[in-house]
Amino acid sequence: MTAVAGSVRPLLEVQDLHKHYPVRGGVWGRTVGTVRAVAGVSFEVAPGQTLGLVGESGCGKSTLGRTLMRLEEPTAGRVQFEGRDLAHARGDELLRLRREIQMIFQDPYSSLNPRLTVGEIVREPLVVHGIGSKAEQLERVRALLAKVGLAADAMERYPSEFSGGQRQRIGVARALSLDPKLVIADEPVSALDVSVQSQVLNLMVRLQRELGLAYVFISHDLSVVEHVSDHVAIMYLGRIVEQGPVDRIFGRPAHPYTRALLQAIPSVDPRQRREAPPLQGETPSPMAAPSGCVFSSRCPFAIEACRRDVPALELAGAQEPEPGRAHRVACIRRDEI
Amino acid sequence: MSEAGPPLLDVDDLQVGFDTEAGRVRAVDGVSFSIEAGQTVGVVGESGCGKSVTASSILRLVPSPPGVMLGGAIRFEGRDILKLAGEALQQLRGRDIAMVFQDPMTSLNPVFTIERQLWEVLQLRFGLDRAAARLRAAEMLRTVGIADPDSRLDAYPHELSGGMKQRVMIAMALLCEPRLLIADEPTTALDVTVQAQILHLMRELQRRTGAALLFITHDMGVIAEMCDVVVVMYAGRIVERRPAVELFEAPRHPYTRGLLDSIPRKGVAHKAELPTIEGTVPSLLAPPPGCRFADRCRRHAALGAEERSRCRSQDPQLHDDGNGQVACHFPLPLDATARRPQ
Repeated sequence: MTAVAGSVRPLLEVQDLHKHYPVRGGVWGRTVGTVRAVAGVSFEVAPGQTLGLVGESGCGKSTLGRTLMRLEEPTAGRVQFEGRDLAHARGDELLRLRREIQMIFQDPYSSLNPRLTVGEIVREPLVVHGIGSKAEQLERVRALLAKVGLAADAMERYPSEFSGGQRQRIGVARALSLDPKLVIADEPVSALDVSVQSQVLNLMVRLQRELGLAYVFISHDLSVVEHVSDHVAIMYLGRIVEQGPVDRIFGRPAHPYTRALLQAIPSVDPRQRREAPPLQGETPSPMAAPSGCVFSSRCPFAIEACRRDVPALELAGAQEPEPGRAHRVACIRRDEI
Repeated sequence: MSEAGPPLLDVDDLQVGFDTEAGRVRAVDGVSFSIEAGQTVGVVGESGCGKSVTASSILRLVPSPPGVMLGGAIRFEGRDILKLAGEALQQLRGRDIAMVFQDPMTSLNPVFTIERQLWEVLQLRFGLDRAAARLRAAEMLRTVGIADPDSRLDAYPHELSGGMKQRVMIAMALLCEPRLLIADEPTTALDVTVQAQILHLMRELQRRTGAALLFITHDMGVIAEMCDVVVVMYAGRIVERRPAVELFEAPRHPYTRGLLDSIPRKGVAHKAELPTIEGTVPSLLAPPPGCRFADRCRRHAALGAEERSRCRSQDPQLHDDGNGQVACHFPLPLDATARRPQ
């Protein structure tokens, strides 16, 4: 079951994680159905590595990120952080685990409290967790701001005085204040202009190298994910349909959905225009996910069996993978198409 | 002055300002370009560069106040749109030029069914009665990839997904059979597989109707996919204009080059440092006297003192350079800018 190099223990291990929401309806608000936002997801993240989590809207990638942070309670499944049970941790144990896992959000405009100075924002986690004296905390804040490339005078200023890219740096500084081992970044550059996007990506890669950080990098932007990830998991309607080393996913994608996604990205070359769109229709609502393979309703290769049985994530290709390089795909026709 | 008459659309030295508490922001400061019938022109640039204000000006949709038309002309088949009023303006909007926005709800009325809204368009444009309009609308919904158009016609906008609403918007725009379709970030809020469908659809319909297309976007991939000619804007100005193939292969303006380089792409080593454009866009309350990009320009930084002072003091004008135009005193030389093959 492991997808990580033999001897290295994974930092984060997720097994068969579910997050379901009840759908209420009728006059009495009774539960009339269930949305399976995350429907049995398993993966691992090695220390110092990046797992790219890719998918389109409604695929469950953000819910998954929030569930890992315990901002949402998992419905079922196991989440282990360095061997400790994260899914069921409570009280002090949860507080300790939370120090090690931090989050960066998409919208640098709404994720920072506008009434606090940047210094207060970055210091807040240290205060909450009671780390160090005030002088030590302020010293740490200064060091963090320098680390993310902000001038020291930023401390006294308010988020509104900064551009989008600078605000995202503030968000990164705050996430790093507790010295986490894992950062969950939910679309961290999607709201930024491209020239600023590359600055924030460079910063995240540099910090990973310097601090040994692991990232779960959630994004819909495949070229960004390819650039920063070591492993990639592709999600569709609550499930991982394919996962593996970044070069395999982008070089030899095996799932029809992954292939369609890759073909759908416009090429930055006017000589290579696509003729036809790779997929028809839209992702069904998670409330009406198809039976069998979740992708079967849009898949050009779907046969009867695809609509009947839920495919398991299995090794792509016949060869036993090298340690840490397992490439898995959830498609019963993976060898024929 | 031979074969053809005036271009379909001619934007000539357009200047648009916004009055703010801090003063007048010159959001569009002398923008000129034209579109021929059937052509697709893309305007690309980052937030605040003036691309959306330029697009909205064409349909006279810039709210005033705070917006102020400070000068220039926008000619549609020779007639200055900025001088039109009342009925003539209405006719231009409903018949000759249609616009699709990033957020479909800016154009869809939440309290009416889709059928009612499409009927209004068809009644206004072709005087169709309701039954005939329904048939025509259903046909168009099917064309834009909406399955089961009859039941969708009776739906309200909130009952449709984002992609579906955007398709309805495009259907609405196309029902007018415009000569020019302006699309302002029409796929930015959509998933990439749906984006591919919508772009394909717009191309197909353009091929069929011969409409010209003005595409406003920040996405270089979308520009490469769709456009014949590209206009690059920065801080209220056009910095480069060129056929798409040449622009992507050999950009001459350092800003265009920087934009293209900062996109992660095949051939850039995994996790390698990406080129960036440091610094920020200058304030358009009081733009600097010389080149507006000089502060952030890598090329500028590498020039000699005398050349640098020219960048700082003289405003570079957009000038012809063979296959396009560039507004830079020291444009990138052709050979050195040739991009690696993909």
